[in-house]
Amino acid sequence: MGGIGGIADFDRMMNGFNWYKYASPATFYTLAGRLIPWFYGAAAVLCAAGLYIAFFLAPTDFQQSEAYRIIFIHVPAAWMSMFIYIVMAAWAAIGLAFNTRLSFMMASALAPTGAMLTFVSLWTGALWGKPTWGAWWVWDARLTSELILFFLYLGFMALQAAIDDPRRADRAGALIALVGVVNVPIIYFSVKWWNTLHQGASISMTKAPSMAAIMLEGMLVMALAAWMYAIAAALSRVRSIILERERNSQWVAQMMEAEA
Amino acid sequence: MSWNSWTEFFHMGGYAFYVWGSYAVTAVLIAGEILLLRTHRRKALELVRRTVKYGKVGNNEETA
Repeated sequence: MGGIGGIADFDRMMNGFNWYKYASPATFYTLAGRLIPWFYGAAAVLCAAGLYIAFFLAPTDFQQSEAYRIIFIHVPAAWMSMFIYIVMAAWAAIGLAFNTRLSFMMASALAPTGAMLTFVSLWTGALWGKPTWGAWWVWDARLTSELILFFLYLGFMALQAAIDDPRRADRAGALIALVGVVNVPIIYFSVKWWNTLHQGASISMTKAPSMAAIMLEGMLVMALAAWMYAIAAALSRVRSIILERERNSQWVAQMMEAEA
Repeated sequence: MSWNSWTEFFHMGGYAFYVWGSYAVTAVLIAGEILLLRTHRRKALELVRRTVKYGKVGNNEETA
């Protein structure tokens, strides 16, 4: 246990582990297939726990009564909408830099889930805005930049769908993803940079959270659930994309024969 | 616990439309995405089956 032997083992493991192996679509296809049920399972458990906190442990808000309970999906969805875009842009950048097929496929696999969660954040925002601000929608910086994020996701998907040659579609999509990534800090800091109707950050690095601990916990558990779900969905989608794009390769044919 | 009865729970302090409207649409979208993912997988497998059976279908990336 541990000691010098442990370090030597660790060293051997790090050197012996073939990092490039998992960059191959064939290996990744199998690995993703094994991981997906675990991520779906974790998402379901965390979602159940999060909803329990959201509806049965979190108290009624003294200002907003029960309307504030929208926060438990609104904030996690909004966080994920931005985070997924950054991950998508990172995969696109890796794809452009190293010309790795799988990186581009990961970028494509993330876009629909990101778009869906962006829509959720806009939708729940509208349903929260109406009773608290008196308006479904206002053109303030936070809402407008989040709407632009939604269009960036849709633009990425439409562009990729419009180009037949997958390699050209990858590159064109990567360009949108990378140019659009400047929008993410704009969304995040919009409530600081401009005088927005939207409230400031619920959680920040520099000061204590502006909400009750149990509300914060519910939000974090729901955010983790959204995270697990997004990983499961993206892995599931990338497996289909791998099959579509590698359908003429040897390993796909062999796998189909093995299953038949 | 904020609720004395299920009626009160579903009523959401008068914000039922907004709260349940948020949760319901989110649930439908997630369920919808999971269904789309299943359809996508079925179609991809079908495409692979046809390719293996009849040779190359459409253009594709060359792989080693």
